[in-house]
Amino acid sequence: MVRTSAWRRYNWRVIWLTLAYAILLIAAVYGFKHKLIPSSLTYPIAILPALPIIGLFAAMGRYLVEEQDEFVRMLMVRQTLWASGFALSCATIWGFLENFDLTGHLDGYYIVIVWYFGLGVGSVVNKLTLGEGGC
Amino acid sequence: MENRLRILRAERNWSQQDLAERLEVSRQSVNAIETGKYDPSLPLAFRIAELFDRPIEEIFVSPSRRSSKAI
Repeated sequence: MVRTSAWRRYNWRVIWLTLAYAILLIAAVYGFKHKLIPSSLTYPIAILPALPIIGLFAAMGRYLVEEQDEFVRMLMVRQTLWASGFALSCATIWGFLENFDLTGHLDGYYIVIVWYFGLGVGSVVNKLTLGEGGC
Repeated sequence: MENRLRILRAERNWSQQDLAERLEVSRQSVNAIETGKYDPSLPLAFRIAELFDRPIEEIFVSPSRRSSKAI
Protein backbone atom coordinates (compact mmCIF):
# COMPACT_ATOMS: atom_id res chain seq x y z
CA MET A 1 0.00 0.00 0.00
CA VAL A 2 1.23 3.48 -0.88
CA ARG A 3 1.90 5.52 2.28
CA THR A 4 -0.01 8.70 1.52
CA SER A 5 -0.79 11.27 4.24
CA ALA A 6 -4.42 10.06 4.26
CA TRP A 7 -3.16 6.50 4.81
CA ARG A 8 -1.00 7.62 7.75
CA ARG A 9 -4.01 9.37 9.32
CA TYR A 10 -6.06 6.20 8.78
CA ASN A 11 -3.38 4.13 10.52
CA TRP A 12 -3.39 6.44 13.54
CA ARG A 13 -7.17 6.22 13.77
CA VAL A 14 -6.96 2.41 13.64
CA ILE A 15 -4.35 2.39 16.43
CA TRP A 16 -6.50 4.62 18.70
CA LEU A 17 -9.68 2.69 17.97
CA THR A 18 -7.96 -0.64 18.64
CA LEU A 19 -6.69 0.73 21.94
CA ALA A 20 -10.21 1.97 22.82
CA TYR A 21 -11.61 -1.45 21.89
CA ALA A 22 -9.15 -3.26 24.19
CA ILE A 23 -9.94 -0.93 27.12
CA LEU A 24 -13.73 -1.12 26.66
CA LEU A 25 -13.68 -4.89 26.18
CA ILE A 26 -11.63 -5.47 29.32
CA ALA A 27 -13.86 -3.07 31.29
CA ALA A 28 -17.06 -4.70 30.04
CA VAL A 29 -15.82 -8.25 30.71
CA TYR A 30 -14.64 -7.23 34.19
CA GLY A 31 -17.94 -5.49 34.92
CA PHE A 32 -20.08 -8.44 33.84
CA LYS A 33 -17.83 -11.03 35.50
CA HIS A 34 -17.94 -9.26 38.86
CA LYS A 35 -21.63 -8.27 38.54
CA LEU A 36 -20.81 -4.57 38.84
CA ILE A 37 -23.22 -3.41 36.16
CA PRO A 38 -26.75 -2.32 37.10
CA SER A 39 -29.44 -4.14 35.14
CA SER A 40 -30.53 -0.92 33.44
CA LEU A 41 -27.04 -0.53 31.89
CA THR A 42 -26.36 -4.08 30.74
CA TYR A 43 -27.33 -3.46 27.11
CA PRO A 44 -25.38 -0.19 26.69
CA ILE A 45 -22.28 -1.67 28.39
CA ALA A 46 -22.49 -4.85 26.29
CA ILE A 47 -22.57 -2.72 23.14
CA LEU A 48 -19.65 -0.46 24.20
CA PRO A 49 -16.83 -2.71 22.82
CA ALA A 50 -18.66 -2.81 19.49
CA LEU A 51 -18.43 0.97 19.04
CA PRO A 52 -14.66 1.16 18.29
CA ILE A 53 -15.11 -1.71 15.82
CA ILE A 54 -17.85 0.28 14.08
CA GLY A 55 -15.38 3.17 14.23
CA LEU A 56 -12.90 1.07 12.22
CA PHE A 57 -15.41 0.89 9.36
CA ALA A 58 -16.03 4.63 9.65
CA ALA A 59 -12.25 5.20 9.58
CA MET A 60 -12.06 3.23 6.34
CA GLY A 61 -14.87 5.34 4.89
CA ARG A 62 -13.13 8.54 5.97
CA TYR A 63 -9.86 7.33 4.45
CA LEU A 64 -11.60 6.77 1.12
CA VAL A 65 -13.00 10.31 1.28
CA GLU A 66 -9.65 11.87 2.29
CA GLU A 67 -7.41 9.94 -0.13
CA GLN A 68 -6.31 12.41 -2.80
CA ASP A 69 -4.53 9.89 -5.04
CA GLU A 70 -7.37 8.59 -7.20
CA PHE A 71 -5.53 5.41 -8.27
CA VAL A 72 -4.65 4.48 -4.69
CA ARG A 73 -8.27 5.20 -3.70
CA MET A 74 -9.50 2.90 -6.48
CA LEU A 75 -7.21 0.13 -5.20
CA MET A 76 -8.66 0.44 -1.71
CA VAL A 77 -12.24 0.54 -3.02
CA ARG A 78 -11.53 -2.70 -4.89
CA GLN A 79 -10.03 -4.20 -1.72
CA THR A 80 -13.06 -3.26 0.39
CA LEU A 81 -15.40 -4.73 -2.24
CA TRP A 82 -13.43 -7.97 -2.17
CA ALA A 83 -13.40 -7.91 1.64
CA SER A 84 -17.17 -7.35 1.81
CA GLY A 85 -17.93 -10.05 -0.76
CA PHE A 86 -15.55 -12.47 0.94
CA ALA A 87 -16.92 -11.82 4.45
CA LEU A 88 -20.57 -12.03 3.35
CA SER A 89 -19.90 -15.26 1.44
CA CYS A 90 -18.13 -16.80 4.44
CA ALA A 91 -20.97 -15.72 6.76
CA THR A 92 -23.57 -17.23 4.41
CA ILE A 93 -21.71 -20.53 4.08
CA TRP A 94 -21.09 -20.71 7.83
CA GLY A 95 -24.76 -19.91 8.51
CA PHE A 96 -25.94 -22.88 6.44
CA LEU A 97 -23.32 -25.23 7.91
CA GLU A 98 -24.42 -24.15 11.37
CA ASN A 99 -28.09 -24.51 10.43
CA PHE A 100 -27.55 -28.15 9.40
CA ASP A 101 -25.56 -28.81 12.61
CA LEU A 102 -22.37 -29.44 10.67
CA THR A 103 -20.34 -26.83 12.58
CA GLY A 104 -20.43 -25.19 15.98
CA HIS A 105 -21.80 -21.72 16.66
CA LEU A 106 -19.60 -18.76 15.80
CA ASP A 107 -20.27 -15.34 17.31
CA GLY A 108 -21.24 -12.78 14.69
CA TYR A 109 -18.44 -10.32 15.48
CA TYR A 110 -15.84 -12.76 14.13
CA ILE A 111 -16.97 -11.66 10.69
CA VAL A 112 -14.93 -8.48 11.22
CA ILE A 113 -11.75 -10.58 11.30
CA VAL A 114 -12.88 -12.34 8.11
CA TRP A 115 -13.55 -8.92 6.52
CA TYR A 116 -10.00 -7.76 7.34
CA PHE A 117 -8.65 -11.01 5.92
CA GLY A 118 -10.72 -10.18 2.82
CA LEU A 119 -8.82 -6.89 2.51
CA GLY A 120 -5.70 -9.04 2.16
CA VAL A 121 -7.43 -11.12 -0.51
CA GLY A 122 -8.31 -7.89 -2.32
CA SER A 123 -4.71 -6.74 -2.12
CA VAL A 124 -3.53 -9.99 -3.73
CA VAL A 125 -6.16 -9.62 -6.47
CA ASN A 126 -4.97 -6.04 -7.10
CA LYS A 127 -1.39 -7.27 -7.45
CA LEU A 128 -2.39 -10.11 -9.79
CA THR A 129 -4.56 -7.96 -12.03
CA LEU A 130 -2.64 -4.67 -11.99
CA GLY A 131 0.93 -5.92 -11.54
CA GLU A 132 3.37 -3.46 -10.00
CA GLY A 133 0.75 -0.70 -10.07
CA GLY A 134 -1.44 -2.83 -7.82
CA CYS A 135 0.97 -1.99 -4.95
CA MET B 1 -6.15 3.54 -22.41
CA GLU B 2 -3.22 3.81 -24.79
CA ASN B 3 -1.14 6.94 -24.24
CA ARG B 4 2.17 8.70 -24.94
CA LEU B 5 2.98 9.46 -21.34
CA ARG B 6 6.12 7.30 -21.22
CA ILE B 7 7.51 8.97 -24.38
CA LEU B 8 6.76 12.50 -23.15
CA ARG B 9 8.32 11.69 -19.80
CA ALA B 10 11.42 10.19 -21.44
CA GLU B 11 11.83 13.29 -23.63
CA ARG B 12 12.24 15.31 -20.44
CA ASN B 13 14.45 12.73 -18.73
CA TRP B 14 11.96 12.45 -15.90
CA SER B 15 11.64 9.30 -13.84
CA GLN B 16 8.20 8.04 -12.90
CA GLN B 17 8.84 9.48 -9.44
CA ASP B 18 9.68 12.92 -10.94
CA LEU B 19 6.43 12.92 -12.90
CA ALA B 20 4.47 11.67 -9.89
CA GLU B 21 5.78 14.53 -7.75
CA ARG B 22 4.88 17.09 -10.42
CA LEU B 23 1.36 15.66 -10.67
CA GLU B 24 1.06 15.19 -6.88
CA VAL B 25 0.18 11.52 -7.24
CA SER B 26 1.98 8.30 -6.31
CA ARG B 27 4.59 6.70 -8.56
CA GLN B 28 2.30 3.66 -8.74
CA SER B 29 -0.38 5.90 -10.28
CA VAL B 30 2.02 7.07 -13.00
CA ASN B 31 3.06 3.48 -13.66
CA ALA B 32 -0.55 2.29 -13.90
CA ILE B 33 -1.48 5.12 -16.31
CA GLU B 34 1.61 4.60 -18.48
CA THR B 35 0.97 0.88 -18.82
CA GLY B 36 -2.70 1.50 -19.65
CA LYS B 37 -3.91 -0.35 -16.58
CA TYR B 38 -5.64 2.69 -15.18
CA ASP B 39 -7.49 5.48 -17.00
CA PRO B 40 -7.07 8.79 -15.17
CA SER B 41 -10.05 10.94 -14.27
CA LEU B 42 -10.73 13.97 -16.45
CA PRO B 43 -9.21 16.42 -13.88
CA LEU B 44 -5.99 14.34 -13.70
CA ALA B 45 -5.88 13.98 -17.49
CA PHE B 46 -6.11 17.77 -17.74
CA ARG B 47 -3.30 18.17 -15.18
CA ILE B 48 -1.13 15.83 -17.27
CA ALA B 49 -1.97 17.72 -20.46
CA GLU B 50 -1.20 21.08 -18.84
CA LEU B 51 2.09 19.79 -17.43
CA PHE B 52 3.25 18.70 -20.90
CA ASP B 53 1.59 21.72 -22.53
CA ARG B 54 -0.27 19.52 -25.02
CA PRO B 55 -3.95 18.91 -25.76
CA ILE B 56 -5.33 15.80 -24.06
CA GLU B 57 -5.88 14.00 -27.38
CA GLU B 58 -2.14 14.28 -28.15
CA ILE B 59 -1.36 12.35 -24.99
CA PHE B 60 -4.24 9.89 -24.71
CA VAL B 61 -5.48 7.87 -27.66
CA SER B 62 -9.26 7.86 -27.88
CA PRO B 63 -10.43 4.21 -27.62
CA SER B 64 -13.14 4.82 -30.24
CA ARG B 65 -10.67 6.31 -32.76
CA ARG B 66 -8.25 3.49 -32.07
CA SER B 67 -10.93 0.86 -32.81
CA SER B 68 -12.12 2.69 -35.97
CA LYS B 69 -8.50 2.73 -37.23
CA ALA B 70 -8.29 -1.00 -36.62
CA ILE B 71 -11.38 -1.48 -38.84
